[in-house]
Amino acid sequence: MLLGVVLCVGPGQSATAEEVNLYSARKEELIKPLLDKFTAKTGIKVNLVTGSADALLKRLETEGKNTPADMFVTTDAGRLHRAKAAGVLQAISSPVLEKNIPAEFRDAKGYWFGLSLRARPIMYAKGRLDPAELSTYEALADAKWKGRICVRSSENIYNQSLVASMIVANGEEATEKWAEGLVHNLARPPRGGDEDQIKAAAAGQCDITIANTYYLGGMLHSRDPSERAAAEKIAIFWPNQKDRGVHVNVSGAGVTRWAPHRDTAVKLLEYLITDEAQEWYAQVNNEYPAKPGIPESPALIKAWGRFKADTISLSQLGEYNAAAVKLMDRAGWK
Amino acid sequence: MEKALSPNQRKPRPVPRPRWRRYAPNPWVAGTVAIATLIALPVITVTSFIFVPAGEVWDHLVATVLQDYIVNSLILMAGVAAGTLIIGVSTAWLTTMCSFPGRRIFEWALLLPMAFPAYIIAYTYTGLLDFAGPVQTTLREWFAWSYGDYWFPEIRSIGGAIVMLSLVLYPYVYLLSRAAFLEQSSHAMDASRMLGCGPWRSFLLISLPSARPAIIAGLSLALMETLADYGTVQYFGVSNFTTGIFRTWFGLGDAAAAAQLSALLMTFVFTLIVIERWSRSRARYHMTGQRSTPLPTYRLRIGKTCLAWLACGLPLALGFLLPGGLLVSWSMATAAYVVDERFWQLVFNSITLAGSAALFALLLALYMAYSKRLTGGMGTNSAVRLAAMGYAIPGTVIAVGVMLPFGWFDNTIDAWARETFGVSTGLLLSGTLFAVMFAYMVRFLAVSLQTVEAGLCKIRPSMDETARSLGHRPFEVLGRIHLPLMRGSILTAILLVFVDVMKELPATLILRPFNFNTLAVRAYELATDERLMDASSAAVAIVAAGILPVILLSRSITLSRSAPQGRTAIAETGRLTAQPA
Repeated sequence: MLLGVVLCVGPGQSATAEEVNLYSARKEELIKPLLDKFTAKTGIKVNLVTGSADALLKRLETEGKNTPADMFVTTDAGRLHRAKAAGVLQAISSPVLEKNIPAEFRDAKGYWFGLSLRARPIMYAKGRLDPAELSTYEALADAKWKGRICVRSSENIYNQSLVASMIVANGEEATEKWAEGLVHNLARPPRGGDEDQIKAAAAGQCDITIANTYYLGGMLHSRDPSERAAAEKIAIFWPNQKDRGVHVNVSGAGVTRWAPHRDTAVKLLEYLITDEAQEWYAQVNNEYPAKPGIPESPALIKAWGRFKADTISLSQLGEYNAAAVKLMDRAGWK
Repeated sequence: MEKALSPNQRKPRPVPRPRWRRYAPNPWVAGTVAIATLIALPVITVTSFIFVPAGEVWDHLVATVLQDYIVNSLILMAGVAAGTLIIGVSTAWLTTMCSFPGRRIFEWALLLPMAFPAYIIAYTYTGLLDFAGPVQTTLREWFAWSYGDYWFPEIRSIGGAIVMLSLVLYPYVYLLSRAAFLEQSSHAMDASRMLGCGPWRSFLLISLPSARPAIIAGLSLALMETLADYGTVQYFGVSNFTTGIFRTWFGLGDAAAAAQLSALLMTFVFTLIVIERWSRSRARYHMTGQRSTPLPTYRLRIGKTCLAWLACGLPLALGFLLPGGLLVSWSMATAAYVVDERFWQLVFNSITLAGSAALFALLLALYMAYSKRLTGGMGTNSAVRLAAMGYAIPGTVIAVGVMLPFGWFDNTIDAWARETFGVSTGLLLSGTLFAVMFAYMVRFLAVSLQTVEAGLCKIRPSMDETARSLGHRPFEVLGRIHLPLMRGSILTAILLVFVDVMKELPATLILRPFNFNTLAVRAYELATDERLMDASSAAVAIVAAGILPVILLSRSITLSRSAPQGRTAIAETGRLTAQPA
């Protein structure tokens, strides 16, 4: 019986039909429709496994040069960097990708490419504070915010990346001090996801939080009226506009080192940066297109306004990840 | 070897063994050790990282978070132990020893919360009880309170995690202790009554002590599940061993330090196993006398009936009806666009996967437990223990432990084939359902094994000896004597693994082949995306698939009690697991 199972569902490696295999940390809901469009357009079949980025990376490593995966998709640059460092990606040079994706959102040698942007600004409860009081991430450590901030756990990669970006900007010592100040100001111990922080701020448990914008967007479009009501109470503040800019991360992908269908994988990457695909990211999940000049179509994103984004090379988020985790451990950020 | 052969030497066999077979390794011992080693491979792989030095990161952990991990894990275990014991034992005793209206329904309904994945119930309750949820919002509206004006228990805390886990794990204790109560000889109860013991004294002096091994077996299953839980503690922000392993492995990128944490976790597990063994060994008794006479039950009056209803109804309501009702109401609202052809494919995948895993685990467990009974040597005993270690290890750690040796195997074969024949074999095992199935065995064989072993232990060894002396071979004894006698245990083993696999997430997620999804994967992806309403249909389907076997099982238990006198097959069906061995 087991042999039968093995034979039936062996990894599809037949090179005859055009296909491409993905390991994706983007969840099925948030990538499959786009892949279906690609298939409809090109006739290339896309096979998908979703899962946590770390686990899929481990799978890539252990499968080694026999891996069936052609492409590794993640929701943050840190993991892409980790994959590159682990030696499971290959450099791709594609004029299309290089032209359409700004340099800071892709690896310099083409090991990975950012495909959509995720901004992580400050959010606040309307009416409970004057946005003029807000300025930078750094200022959130100020004692005047004591008991007024909610933030999710340091376990989360978005917080790890944010702290890594601050280490790059301000150095480790200053950042650790900042993290201590932030922890001191928390209204409650970190728990739940970004949406939970937004809801807590809406309900009055705290006034300020740090969250990715698409979570707020998702709540505003929710089918649950109470979620919509909560989201209505929250506004976005773009911090650090006078210096480095707001922290952004990317959701991106790289071609694996041993990809059996390297060329189709590159084709898929190039499709993902077309206007059609880029608009989809914004339409469906309120993410920002990585390609400049794409009209910000949903009214929502338009209403949030333009912002200056931090332009540090996103590879550094990966390089400083471990330092960021340790620093948060020391600062008592749960 | 010597020991293994001894029964044969004692009794004259009709046909003398050929000489060569006397020196060949006993197939039972060899097979069991081989299976156990294979099953333990992932755990061994992960622990082998211990020997990689992890100085700096380990020092960092010790200096900052390790104490939290240990303390929180201990609190969690103590809390869940208390919760599952109180709920599980009290409801088991009430539904077995007392008679009150509605008891028949509670008998099976109390098992239902088991079908809930812990993380789903955690998400559901958080949506309900969180500061921003409907309950607190309504309270604030009624009394015009705002934040800080009132106290409300915080659901996302270690206390909340204890409650959530207790609610879905108490059925393990209930199931095993109820089976043990059912097994108790009515004579002992009659005697205690004649000597003037009331219900409470009979419970404390007779029922509880003799059911203790079964209760502890159930408790150890619940605690192992607690240690392996990741979804709930992660969502509630409770840092313990499981979250710590993930953080160290992936956040700090240090596999060695993570393995050392895993090893520390395993000492917890090992302690549990030792305690469970010890408690069994101190109470070794087999089936005694006829137990087909119905047990004497205490008829409850109105007042006590209400209390019994409360005791049985509360866990049922909180662990099943309330979250289940919420999920159903959500899924009604979303089913229109969630339930499509793809959804039914998920249902099919989940059920086939869980069904075959349950059967396969049963076969392995039968083989191993029987081999242990036949030979009983150090080799088989420790092999059986070794194979059970995986139950308490978080699924992701198991999955990585499966991937490493499989990847190595595949690549070695491939390299060899390329060199020898010039053909690439590619990946033979990695990324197949076989790998997924293997991970299930690693994780859940313990459940099957525990149940089957307990069932087998109840059967007096003299029966084997009689059958063997009449010329039956071991396999024949198993087929003709043991299997019919332990149908109840077998059914339980299948049910438990089936439900566990239906709920299993991390290993499935990481190891599955392309384009293959299950209900649990779907529910989890949507739930972690904070789209609980869309996740509800998949969650409802998981629970619904678990309910049917639960009801079947519990019917067979009930039948066993009302069976007519004599050793009918039906009566035996109900002889459940973990009877004092």
